[in-house]
Amino acid sequence: MTGQTLIHLQDVSKRFVKGKDTITIFDHLGLTIPVGDFVAVMGPSGSGKTTLLNLLGGIDQPTEGAITFDGARVDTLTEGQLARWRAHNVGFIFQFYNLMPTLSAARNVELPLLLTSFGRAERRRRVEAALSLVGLAERASHYPREMSGGQQQRVAIARALISDPKLLLCDEPTGDLDRATADEILAMLQLLNREMGKTIVMVTHDPEAAKYARRTLHLDKGRFTERDLVA
Amino acid sequence: MRVFNEIAVVTVICIKSIPQRFWASLSTVVAVGLVVTVLLAFLAMAAGFQQTLRGTGAKDMAILMRAGAQAELNSGVSRDQARLIEEAPGVLKGPDGKPLVSPELYVIVDAVKKSALPDDGNMKKAPKSNVTLRGLGPAGIAVRPGLKIVEGRRFTPGTNELMVGRALQKDFVGMNLGDTVKLGNASWVVVGVFELDGSVFESELWADTPVVQDLFHRQNVFQSIRARLTSPDALLALKDYAANDPQLKLDVTTEADYYAQQASRTSDLIQKLGWPLAIAMAFGALAGALNTMYSSVAARAQEIATLRCIGFSGTSSFLGTLAESLVLSLAGGILGALVTWAAFDGLTASTLSGTTFSQIVFTFRLTPAVALQGVILALIVGFVGGFFPAWRAARIPIVEAYGTP
Repeated sequence: MTGQTLIHLQDVSKRFVKGKDTITIFDHLGLTIPVGDFVAVMGPSGSGKTTLLNLLGGIDQPTEGAITFDGARVDTLTEGQLARWRAHNVGFIFQFYNLMPTLSAARNVELPLLLTSFGRAERRRRVEAALSLVGLAERASHYPREMSGGQQQRVAIARALISDPKLLLCDEPTGDLDRATADEILAMLQLLNREMGKTIVMVTHDPEAAKYARRTLHLDKGRFTERDLVA
Repeated sequence: MRVFNEIAVVTVICIKSIPQRFWASLSTVVAVGLVVTVLLAFLAMAAGFQQTLRGTGAKDMAILMRAGAQAELNSGVSRDQARLIEEAPGVLKGPDGKPLVSPELYVIVDAVKKSALPDDGNMKKAPKSNVTLRGLGPAGIAVRPGLKIVEGRRFTPGTNELMVGRALQKDFVGMNLGDTVKLGNASWVVVGVFELDGSVFESELWADTPVVQDLFHRQNVFQSIRARLTSPDALLALKDYAANDPQLKLDVTTEADYYAQQASRTSDLIQKLGWPLAIAMAFGALAGALNTMYSSVAARAQEIATLRCIGFSGTSSFLGTLAESLVLSLAGGILGALVTWAAFDGLTASTLSGTTFSQIVFTFRLTPAVALQGVILALIVGFVGGFFPAWRAARIPIVEAYGTP
């Protein structure tokens, strides 16, 4: 880790209005994630893990407070600006892989590059490199239904990496996999963090998965319970 | 380029996912196809009818009828008026030096369609249809140079002999060469079958004017006068001549214009029946398309949300979903056009003309312009049926990406 801050949440509150009730998820939450960190976020259901991931990924906006990414505010961006920001800065890895079933592995991995100005040849070269990195170069033309869960998650990792984002957000990335395959995927994420310097935030219920992270944050009722980890 | 890539890939994803909802998609295609078939059947009928009537008239043939008469049926022209027209300027003369002017009688008679004949073949039980019996003078055939007698011969003046149009012969009972036909109180013998460029005359019976006048008690009265002109421009001289002679209270027009007007009246009526029916049915197809597309959006909610999460815009989701709907409806439109072509194109039918009150035999024509109208209706159904689901697709919350598969 360099010590340089990648993400900073300052006094972030998030409230939802449901009927006549207002539900508070976060109340003046603070968090700093340095470049090159690998953070596991654990906590019971309803503790706000997914909401935190949404805020970090620019999928949702805070009700109050500021979110900065690489020194720039992202909580003030419009929907369209956020979409472009996500395309360049964030890679998403989901529990159920979220591959497009009608596209081959290569076409799935290529998706984020379609939002860039790269030409077809450059896109192909990058897709081949990304699939090689996750050990699936020979599976480029296969469709998701022709691959195991572990292979699909590796394709999803290749897709998350293809546009070289600074941040990887993982939502239960091993929740649908057996232990051995889960360990393979986690080892790969660890490698991406240590060798390629990717900053990773991973939501998980699995304490074994959390061990692969550099540190673990415990969320409960919208607050981190290990105060020393909170900025 | 980036935006194009974005839209193209979402469109491909949407279209490639159609087989995942095969039966729902197929039902939409069939429903749209049915709507298009109904519409195109009517339009092909109107086009065929119009083609038959518009192909009838010649620009250098004048038709003269009583002033204000909309059709030959309600016109009346005297023998004296016919004589005056023979001396009019602009009228072409035949090789014998006589003017090519044909006073014609127009009588409605009964005949039985082959399709209306009962199984036991009893003509008396069969419903009757109106057909035109045209009384022609000696110049009647000379003014129609395209006439071809394909079977038999011309009628002999002064006899109860008939010539039958080819279309009428095919569609009606007892109109073959040598058959005896009862018209009014007299029996007639078919001695010839003629063709005339597929025109409306092929739906008529022709006989000698004096005999028809005698048997139908129409002495010294005709319904119209046809006069072959030296050129289409000569119509003006003939019009001036008729307007300046107080004995000639006649409307003068070209035969081409007369039949074009007749065609548009009836084909307008057919279209006015066809379009509302098709539009009413289109609402049913629209409900099917909406249902299919909402199902499609619901089934792909996680895919759409994932693409949005990656950075794709809501616009690409909107256009991709709309494209899926348009592809389904286009398939329905093409299916409808193909079914219409297979089932109706070239089919011969007859219908009662609204102005002549007689049967006109025509052929359904599915022209490219007609087929295009059906495809456009299909695309409208697809557009409306896809618009609202596409709107929903564009507004799917991105957090749906985290859902269960």
